Amino acid sequence: MNWMAWTLPTVAFFSIIAVILVCMTVWEVRSPCVDRRGFLPISTTRGDRLFIGLLVSAYIHLAVIGLTEWSIWIAFGVSLVWMFIVMKWG
Amino acid sequence: MSNKVENNKAWFLVLPVFVLVAFSAIVPMMTVVNYSVQDIFDQYTRVFVGTDWFRDILRDDRLHDALLRQVIYSLCVLLIEIPLGIGVALCMPKKGIWSSACLILLALPLLIPWNVVGTIWQIFGRADIGLLGWSLNAMGLEYNYAGNPVDAWLTVLLIDVWHWTSLVALLCYSGLRAIPDVYYQAARIDRASSWAVFRYIQLPKLKSVLLIGVMLRFMDSFMIYTEPFVLTGGGPGNATTFMSQTLTTMAVGQFDIGPAAAFSLVYFLIILLVSFVFYTAMTHADKDA
Repeated sequence: MNWMAWTLPTVAFFSIIAVILVCMTVWEVRSPCVDRRGFLPISTTRGDRLFIGLLVSAYIHLAVIGLTEWSIWIAFGVSLVWMFIVMKWG
Repeated sequence: MSNKVENNKAWFLVLPVFVLVAFSAIVPMMTVVNYSVQDIFDQYTRVFVGTDWFRDILRDDRLHDALLRQVIYSLCVLLIEIPLGIGVALCMPKKGIWSSACLILLALPLLIPWNVVGTIWQIFGRADIGLLGWSLNAMGLEYNYAGNPVDAWLTVLLIDVWHWTSLVALLCYSGLRAIPDVYYQAARIDRASSWAVFRYIQLPKLKSVLLIGVMLRFMDSFMIYTEPFVLTGGGPGNATTFMSQTLTTMAVGQFDIGPAAAFSLVYFLIILLVSFVFYTAMTHADKDA
């Protein structure tokens, strides 16, 4: 796998994404979810909320990197809070 | 308790597609992510640099300009092609031999490959031997796409309008034909004006078709590469250097693989966001209908 030029952070990143996907699948099989309407303007399923959460998190990271001198971990913390909010009340 | 037997083995039939997509999209995508956080000198020498490339490209004026040009270009394309396409579709004959003739004529530009379209217009617009360029200059209008940024811009825009308005027109035409006649009968009973028919019957019924058209035209124009490349190579100056050409120069021309990878991820995120918004709008438009 050397040609893919892996690094520890990217391995961790993709592993976590894979684990999240597997967990979401197991969760879905155990208790299938239904569309519901939260503070987002559209009705969403669990998977939709995960996608929206991750996409916005990516933009949060880009904003912190591009606009500020803050540490990337601040973006990470904000994203975690955002993910929790959107999964719970989205 | 239901006695229905659940069998999800058919999911294994998806496996070949998954393997193909993994080979052609997921693994290369992961590699790009890996490249974007490293400075790569050769096959064996690479240094982890964290988010430095992202910081660089997000603050690079050249890329801001390319992004701005790209957004303006895509908006212009949509603003011209969508109304024009609707207009053409409304003017087309509804049945008979002429409607077939119109459909074939409209489909012709769609069959021509991008680089051929670029070459056609490159020659068509030349001041010495091109019909368009020569005529404009003979009428006293300064026109030189190789020297004047505005001319180059308008030419690239015109190329896209020439090439792809037909697509919107064909989509709208099929949408219009799908409207049941009872709507028009009801409109005649109410003595609705032709504007009212358009505004309250045709346009709402065209909504889902138009969303597909807007999405296709947006994504296509957002990754435009060949036409400006063939026409002027992105010039004069950087006037028609759009995102994909900037990316290609970085990745293949200069071999700055790290920054190019970071840039392509940002590019990807923009397209992902816009496509998601369009997709959501589309599926919810269908739900409302």
